[in-house]
Amino acid sequence: MWTFFHKLGSPPHFYRLSLLFSPWFAIPGYLLIAWGTYQGLFVAPEDYQQRDAFRIIYVHVPAAYLAQMTYAIMAVSAGIGLIWRMKLAHAVAAAAAPIGASFCILMLVTGSIWGRPMWGTWWEWGDPRLMSALILLFLYFGLIAMRSSITDTAKADKACAILALVGAVNLPIIRFSVDWWTSLHQSATIIRKGGPAMDAEMLWPLLANLLGFSLVFGAVLLRRIRTEVLYRERRKRWVRDLVLGDGAP
Amino acid sequence: MSGPALPGLIDGFGSIIRRDLLLLWRRPGDLLNPLVFFIMVSTLFPLAVGPDAQVLRNIGAGVTWVAALLSMLLSLNTLFLTDFEDGSLDQLLLSPQPLPLLALGKTVAHWISTGLPLVVVSPLIVMTYRLPSEVVPVMMGSVALGTASLSLVGAIGAALTVGLHRGTTLLSLLLLPLAMPLLIFGARTVSLAAGGEPYAGGMNLLAAYLVGALALAPFATAAALRISNE
Repeated sequence: MWTFFHKLGSPPHFYRLSLLFSPWFAIPGYLLIAWGTYQGLFVAPEDYQQRDAFRIIYVHVPAAYLAQMTYAIMAVSAGIGLIWRMKLAHAVAAAAAPIGASFCILMLVTGSIWGRPMWGTWWEWGDPRLMSALILLFLYFGLIAMRSSITDTAKADKACAILALVGAVNLPIIRFSVDWWTSLHQSATIIRKGGPAMDAEMLWPLLANLLGFSLVFGAVLLRRIRTEVLYRERRKRWVRDLVLGDGAP
Repeated sequence: MSGPALPGLIDGFGSIIRRDLLLLWRRPGDLLNPLVFFIMVSTLFPLAVGPDAQVLRNIGAGVTWVAALLSMLLSLNTLFLTDFEDGSLDQLLLSPQPLPLLALGKTVAHWISTGLPLVVVSPLIVMTYRLPSEVVPVMMGSVALGTASLSLVGAIGAALTVGLHRGTTLLSLLLLPLAMPLLIFGARTVSLAAGGEPYAGGMNLLAAYLVGALALAPFATAAALRISNE
């Protein structure tokens, strides 16, 4: 078990493994999204209250889930990189930040489009869930800006790791903001006491999209980490062999 | 290992505060700049939105908080910069005293020199923006709690960006998301108090933020200082 973990920390080994695993993330991911989106848009019944407008949930909820999950992954790998000095962990954190920011923008845009017919407004300044989500986006921007302004990679890694860990305070605030303060945003529907408050016909496509989005995210993350690793190891022999040789790492 | 007896923690903590305050006292310009900036920013709003008393009363709390936040941000840039440039930061890093304690000392000195003056002049805003005078203690209390948290959290950002080009812009970009909750709670507390409503909740949240920052920020600052000086 531990040998596997230690080998994973070696960039060439990780590069090979990730090439091997990527299709196993991407193909089922796209299939699940295709099925879930079709079911969600055409098959699932109308909501008794929101009618067809609720269907944006099939994009909004996976995006929101991944916006936060990416931050958690980034903070944990930043912590691992800082504590055990694992270089690959820093590469994961560096690769994850722009993906997280993209999901965060997708979450805010779809939420805003959903809010227009339901709450009668594109954006509500007083809503704690909306504010904490916006702060999450700004944290991503801060991290990306910080990484790009430090030229020494090792130093940038550590500085970004500290910032990522400090910003992780925001995650529980997002999660519980709807319970602590009453607001326009509804509280949790799927993970709550007494099981999901959603009809099975509506729920299954959502779960399929959640899993599908996560798998595609995994594939994108692996690809970005590969690029990051190639860049960081650009002076190493194995990268030179890979690029100039026959392409087999 | 035996050697000359080291000064205790309290001595180390006290002497770094004394040193920083003395340095500032010798350059009063640095001391006054954030304060003057704060007053000038809060003068801009009545000029921009017009002198209508009702409008001023509505925006008073928010304006104070935005001005205080910006003025703290501007001054944070230099928190570790002069020490970095003249090499005394290296001495601090090498010192046998625990670095988080020294970082906390520098933060306390920063708050005394920047936050405290803002607390003192904040009643001026209450009066010029026609807020009811009962708000004065709430305003001073919330600004005191908020600026102290800003000094603590800001020290992390200042330590991370010390010695970088374009440090000031980056520092604001890093700190604003972390400072937003303070702005929300602080401005809300003051406007609730101005409307005669119960405001204890907001004060408690500000105090909670301060306690959390006090417990965690010095360690993050110390770690960031070590990274910036590798």
